[in-house]
Amino acid sequence: LININQLLSTPTDRKEWADLEPVPQDDGPNPVVKIAYSDKFTDVYDYFRALLKNDEKSDRAFTLTAEAIELNAANYTVWHYRRVLLQALEKDLREEMRYITAIIEDQPKNYQVWHHRRMVVEWLNDPSEELEFIAEILSQDAKNYHAWQHRQWVLKEYKLWDSELEYVEQLLEEDVRNNSAWNQRHYVISHTTGYSDPSILNREVQYSLKQIKKAPHNESVWNYLKGILQDRGLSSHPGLLEQILELKETHCSPYLLGFLVDIYEDSLENTSGDQVEVLSKALELCELLAQEKDTIRREYWSYVGRSLQMKYCSDDPSTTSSAPETDRGSASVSVHQETTCNS
Amino acid sequence: MESVSSPLRCFGECHTAEKYTDDGVETVTSVEQRKVERSIQEVVSVYKQIHSLPPTLLRDQHYQYLKKGLRHLSDAYECLDASRPWLCYWILHSLELLEEPVPTAIASDVCKFLARCQSPTGGFAGGPCQAAHLAPTYAAVNALCIIGTQEAYNIIDREKLLSFLFSVKQPDGSFVMHIGGEVDVRSTYCAASVASLTNIMTPTLFQDTPTWIVSCQNWEGGLGGVPGLEAHGGYTFCGMAAMVILGKEHMLDLKSLLRWVASRQMRYEGGFQGRCNKLVDGCYSFWQAGLLPLLHRALFKGGDSTLSLQKWMFEQQALQEYILLCCQNPAGGLLDKPGKSRDFYHTCYCLSGLSVAQHFGNMDLHHELIVGREENRLVIVFSSLQAPSHPVYNICPEKVAQAIQHFHQLPVPVPAQKEGSSACNTTTDHS
Repeated sequence: LININQLLSTPTDRKEWADLEPVPQDDGPNPVVKIAYSDKFTDVYDYFRALLKNDEKSDRAFTLTAEAIELNAANYTVWHYRRVLLQALEKDLREEMRYITAIIEDQPKNYQVWHHRRMVVEWLNDPSEELEFIAEILSQDAKNYHAWQHRQWVLKEYKLWDSELEYVEQLLEEDVRNNSAWNQRHYVISHTTGYSDPSILNREVQYSLKQIKKAPHNESVWNYLKGILQDRGLSSHPGLLEQILELKETHCSPYLLGFLVDIYEDSLENTSGDQVEVLSKALELCELLAQEKDTIRREYWSYVGRSLQMKYCSDDPSTTSSAPETDRGSASVSVHQETTCNS
Repeated sequence: MESVSSPLRCFGECHTAEKYTDDGVETVTSVEQRKVERSIQEVVSVYKQIHSLPPTLLRDQHYQYLKKGLRHLSDAYECLDASRPWLCYWILHSLELLEEPVPTAIASDVCKFLARCQSPTGGFAGGPCQAAHLAPTYAAVNALCIIGTQEAYNIIDREKLLSFLFSVKQPDGSFVMHIGGEVDVRSTYCAASVASLTNIMTPTLFQDTPTWIVSCQNWEGGLGGVPGLEAHGGYTFCGMAAMVILGKEHMLDLKSLLRWVASRQMRYEGGFQGRCNKLVDGCYSFWQAGLLPLLHRALFKGGDSTLSLQKWMFEQQALQEYILLCCQNPAGGLLDKPGKSRDFYHTCYCLSGLSVAQHFGNMDLHHELIVGREENRLVIVFSSLQAPSHPVYNICPEKVAQAIQHFHQLPVPVPAQKEGSSACNTTTDHS
């Protein structure tokens, strides 16, 4: 990838550049945010600007883009030019794949490198190395956002779903708190079987409950459980409330309590008839969360309580509190609020 | 106005109980989280022992760091050579938050520099002779609006800017970041921000954009960079702010979004994480906490009467404590978390988040909660589109109002190019 000539010299020193007049960066007479570039950086980019100005499409230009990239892999103008050259010079795209593989390994958190790889894969119309490569990057950082983005694109574009759920389960086995893996689980199932089939949905609910029992304070799994049930209505899933109430005794967490609030809220929304008890339980939980179990979210849980009360309290709405500061000196509404309606 | 000189939340008896519970199941996530909590605990306990003073914003030190950076940057900044308008914006915005004036001469120099970053085909690039890109375009327009002089406004070629926006617009409503570049929700925010500030919005420019942004909201309630991706604070802010600008915020599931972002505040550290089960980072003080004013306004507009009249729906004091105790470099500049290096990006967004946490504003109301000394108070970051306050642009409200007033006196340019056409005649390598 790098030859000794490039390591030890700058373009000015090299005879193959002798015919080209470098173009210095013109920041103007009184520069701002002026970067103290190294001599190498200045030189490489002075020549790059010259090439760009002349729209030169040559092999030396192509080689220089690699040097420019090494100095600043975020220079999207250089990457674009490299792509123009790849096509104009009909370069070997397999070799380009090897190049971009190495660059990504070195700088996996850069936008341009991943976009470039996507372009090359598209031109080759060959995703065969992708899943393995991305898995390698994820083995070093299991939450790399760019890697996941690229992976989702590959899966969808080339319909390579077959082994992905298995891969997700492997990652969750390694770290059940990997939220990216939980998102990928949702992505794969949404794009394959979907969640409409009751046996699939039930499988996922059971899988989630199993993970909850192992690590009850893992927020990701609670969010996943809510995420897959909310469209159908949390309160409509048979036996779920009972299972959660059972878990409350031995595996309680702020997430479990929040989930209960969600079930009760859904019940209030979708069940007809007297819901005074349900509302009362929901408000009690909001108060518990705000005052004791999830105080960092005190303002949020107080708001949820007020909203529920406003929406579902069956008596005259003017007797229930709306905005909390109608009471002078109250720091939080829950201190004063009734947990049942004044009916 | 409330001033909290003591007690600090992080000194409280209950604070230690907020540490992460790993249920005896150690994974990479829990190990990393506990490391961070230990370092925060260290910072807090050192602070307890040494300082009898309330937490202090190191204004002078930050000012010196910013003043120098506006002129000169070390070679460590070579990696940002394609983001120099960002450096202008991060530094100028930080200075305006600190209420430090920018001398007229340097303001004019910034204008002239940004003029050199403007592309002949419209939009701004990361540096002179580079290609136009929506991110430095956003940053350059914001920086020019902060300067707010006629010279600054006149730099922007509005006609070409509009044609640049059309050239990166995609049929599905999204925008690529630059010709031949990647799509993600940041681009919609950058486009909406500059178009609204400079008054170049046309009826078709943002056609289908709100629908596309909505498709980025996922099962978690937040937004990912593109549809299908994990919910992430930076992208969620961009999507929500863009929707607010376009007047379409109600197309999002605001309740789910609210639940998601409220859940991103770390119970122990007080700061925000970018994604569920990841680590706290000072910059999310803005990207995440900044969502709450936007949501507040959107819910209020939607008829919600149960919203607080004094506070955002996050723990404002805890966030301020995190920023002041854990995110300041004693030599100036702010940072991600203890142990990390300072940089201008984190300086900008930690200060922006600090301002959000200090100021509550809704319609005619303004309520402040300042942790530490009164001198810690920053300029309010909110800007109003109409009456309510909300941090859409992340520049000070007066500058937004002034810019909008100026550009609305000018006619909307007539688009010369059709949407989707490339400004570049080389091979289009992005479909």
